[in-house]
Amino acid sequence: MSWETVIGLEIHVQLKTKSKIFSGSAVDFGQDPNTNASAIDLAMPGTLPVVNAEAMRMATRFGLAIDATINQKSVFERKNYFYPDLPKGYQTTQLAEPIVGPGIVTIQLENGTSKDVRIHHAHLEEDAGKSLHEDFHGMSGIDLNRAGTPLIEIVSEPDMRTPEEAIAFLRQIHAIITYLDISDGEMSQGSMRCDANVSVRPMGQEELGTRTELKNINSFRFVERAINVEVERQIDLIEDGGKVVQETRLYDADKNETRSMRSKEVANDYRYFPCPDLLPVVLSDEFVQAERESLPELPVAKQARFVNEHGLSAYDASVLTQNRETADYFETAAKTCGDSKLAANWVTVELAALLNKNDLGISDCPISAENLGQMIQRIKDGSISGKIAKTVFEAMWNGEGSADEIIEAKGLKQVSDSGAIEAMVDEVLAANSQQVDNYRNAAPDKQPKMLGFFVGQVMKISKGQANPGEVNRILKEKL
Amino acid sequence: MHNLSVAQISQGLSKGEFSSVEITQHFLDRIHQLDSSINAYITKLDESALAAAQQADKQIAAGQANPLTGIPFAHKDIFCAQGVKTTCGSRMLENFISPYDATVVANLKQAGAICLGKTNMDEFAMGSSTETSYFGKTMNPWDLETVPGGSSGGSAAAVAARLAPIATATDTGGSIRQPASLCGITGLKPTYGRVSRWGMIAFASSMDQAGPMGKSAEDCALLLQAMASFDSKDSTSIDHLVPDYSANLNAPLEGLRVGVPKEFFEQGLDPQIAAQVHNALAEYEKLGATLIDIELPNSKLAVPTYYVLAPAEASANLSRFDGVRYGHRCENPSDLMDMYCRSREEGFGEEVKRRIMIGTYVLSAGYYDAYFRKAQQVRRLIKNDFDRAFEKVDIIAGPTCPSTAFKFGAKTDNPVEMYLEDIYTISVNLAGLPGMSLPCGQIDVMPVGLQLIGKHFDESLILNAAHMFQQATDWHTLAPAFADNTSEANGGAS
Amino acid sequence: MSLERTDIEKLALLARINISDSESQQVTERIGAVLNLVDQLQAQDTEGVEPMAHPMDATQILRADEVTESNDRENLMSNAPATEEGLFLVPKVIE
Repeated sequence: MSWETVIGLEIHVQLKTKSKIFSGSAVDFGQDPNTNASAIDLAMPGTLPVVNAEAMRMATRFGLAIDATINQKSVFERKNYFYPDLPKGYQTTQLAEPIVGPGIVTIQLENGTSKDVRIHHAHLEEDAGKSLHEDFHGMSGIDLNRAGTPLIEIVSEPDMRTPEEAIAFLRQIHAIITYLDISDGEMSQGSMRCDANVSVRPMGQEELGTRTELKNINSFRFVERAINVEVERQIDLIEDGGKVVQETRLYDADKNETRSMRSKEVANDYRYFPCPDLLPVVLSDEFVQAERESLPELPVAKQARFVNEHGLSAYDASVLTQNRETADYFETAAKTCGDSKLAANWVTVELAALLNKNDLGISDCPISAENLGQMIQRIKDGSISGKIAKTVFEAMWNGEGSADEIIEAKGLKQVSDSGAIEAMVDEVLAANSQQVDNYRNAAPDKQPKMLGFFVGQVMKISKGQANPGEVNRILKEKL
Repeated sequence: MHNLSVAQISQGLSKGEFSSVEITQHFLDRIHQLDSSINAYITKLDESALAAAQQADKQIAAGQANPLTGIPFAHKDIFCAQGVKTTCGSRMLENFISPYDATVVANLKQAGAICLGKTNMDEFAMGSSTETSYFGKTMNPWDLETVPGGSSGGSAAAVAARLAPIATATDTGGSIRQPASLCGITGLKPTYGRVSRWGMIAFASSMDQAGPMGKSAEDCALLLQAMASFDSKDSTSIDHLVPDYSANLNAPLEGLRVGVPKEFFEQGLDPQIAAQVHNALAEYEKLGATLIDIELPNSKLAVPTYYVLAPAEASANLSRFDGVRYGHRCENPSDLMDMYCRSREEGFGEEVKRRIMIGTYVLSAGYYDAYFRKAQQVRRLIKNDFDRAFEKVDIIAGPTCPSTAFKFGAKTDNPVEMYLEDIYTISVNLAGLPGMSLPCGQIDVMPVGLQLIGKHFDESLILNAAHMFQQATDWHTLAPAFADNTSEANGGAS
Repeated sequence: MSLERTDIEKLALLARINISDSESQQVTERIGAVLNLVDQLQAQDTEGVEPMAHPMDATQILRADEVTESNDRENLMSNAPATEEGLFLVPKVIE
């Protein structure tokens, strides 16, 4: 039987506010434990929350960016459960009336097609603290610095069918939040976290299978692995006559497996109800309108522009717009060299590979966009060949200067002077009289292939700097 | 000295008849002599009170006195006061030293008032008799065999026994008005949002409201003046001008329309109380007011509505008492679950546990709509009744309680009977209205309270109506014999 | 609404309150009595009535995004039953 995978994602995004969602403590990680935890964050008796305006603004901007309904009246509720990193014994979150209603996120796939993923809603809530599991005489330590950090939780509909789609969706959300500058979106730091709801069903079946919720997927890479391993588990289970149980499962990246989190299953009845310490938040038409008008160019618009203005493929455009820095880098390089396609190619292939290999982001790239543009320009004006360009590129990466400086210093400029090339051609022909004879006696259809030998010899003498077009032309003439 | 009004104390201080240190010492001495018999105080603050009184005397000497500068008072032990034990009447917080000040505490410090100590209360303000306190019951100074009411029973008993001239209190379903009624004093629950809840340990957030207790409306006006403020730390605090509550106390009541809800005189009301309340209403007619019959048809559902909503809110509000960051933690927990379950078993008393479980029940899956949502809907019906009534009247008057103070233990085995104590007070909390209780008679020496209910933010009118009544009658001046159980000579300066 | 002991056990677990076997019967009865009281609500017609969460018809005032708190750990942790290295200690948290 063939199976279809159904995936929905729940993405938690930490907002980049200065202070917490309900208190005036700093949102600032890496400090000593509990030094950024105020009386409110510690849920001292008698303390009360007050909503941070900036958190509301950022959530509004996210909603506008995905063309969602903005609920101008939203309500905070209490989600009740006991956990040591949850000081109040409830999480203040939104349920029935979240700030962001249904919206759409369009994803671009590698095969050039696009797909709309529906957003069910997105809501504001507070983050919990952290339990530190290293051993304190058999006890755990609780650090509440993170408690109260504002989060938006983005809940998609189960619209994705492959791990690739899930990754594309996650990347698109990442692009949107970084474009909006409402989060740093670092999955490795936990400022963007992803849970996946995964189920399988026989191909063609309408009804959804029983889903499991995968937690702890903390990198883009793991999304695919975690989903694949869970899908395999579910299919094996069903094919062996078993049944999938609706539960929360933890993805273990080291073992590449998912396992049941039974601890989370203990009688969880969250008893949501509107938080009586907070009043409904009402946003004015003017506020929403002003936020709408001040949105930056968003990934989808930028993608469209890259296709239309720069003539890129939809896929290249989507790769280049995954974050604002990459998009800006590309545009600067393209403008400098005047060739968008070539610039796109260098950024998505050579540059991306090196960044990836060195585990660097575009903002840490040692080659400036202007320098890359200049180098591409030198390819275009024939100063260097594509092959030499790679040498220049590596030298730029190693901080040896700008493209022009490196070409100059290393004497890599292409030789296009026909006098100099003629001399080299003459030298080669003289040294290879036998091959010259063979060539001249050969049938015309064999000749182009044989010409390659002479080109190679000339390039060898020129140390690769002879203009290949010129070499070809002169060789043909002389032969 | 301990029978003086706040204004009289203030005058005595400014004229140099006595100092703040002297009057503070006088009250502290009385507390040490008498409180062992009524247990109104959980914590006595002699040292800090006298230090603050010295400061107040300097301020008075410098001519920088406010109306409450140097005036002793007591705080209900529900308000967090930095560096001071704040127990909320619970074993859970037996050793809790608050790391910060409630806004009410800060406001009274700012006003220069002298805190004598923290008063006893039903545990987490859940109760109508102060019998649920972990620190022992408080006795009603009018009859030491009876309850003072609750939850602010300690504050009410302290004022009645003249162990403090005024005291702070809180009211979620009647916890200011009912003990005021049972102890023969005056107490005002302001409009919801009038006094900041920051630092006031929460019971039911959408109904909790702090207010003043005193011997008279005049004293309550002065204390409310200092307590009330808009507070940006409390999202439910209302940014509404705080008027001068003393300014209109003496305004004539000519033409005042007093609504008399027929439901408040129906079944359950002691006929002798009904008679006393009718006498009080007749007094208002003499003062020029007109009595108008009104109906509050949904008020009969106030108690069941309240006992869904208040426990629901409380069940979440009290989850923070988990033994992790402060409060009681059981000995040698075997694991996390054991720590939670035993710490909360040991730290909370029976009534608190009962309400947490009721609240948990009404919010749980499958019951939310039938209980919680339903109660929220009835809450609106109850509020709508008041809105309609206030189209016809300026103020509503009736009994505060169905009976006078009852014997200890009389209602402890039957929670529902205890809950019906608040049958006339609860609807006011559900609607967020201001309400007051003032003494209007006695039955066999035990005080009877008259309840006045106003529109939102109409505290001035309530205080005015209460004050005019107190100008015409002397119920509020009566003190229990217990208060005079000591000779003034022992009280220090007099 | 008749309440069973098993219902009470479930509530007690949700509320993280241990109830001893000896108390269980009385707790069940007394909570049952209160639920009978609140069941009076069921008879009231509330069709179309908007639930009321707050007594005042007010909306949330938003706080400016400013850091107003500074490290006060020593004071704030002074009531903690068990601490070490600035952390609150609890029995092992098992994931």
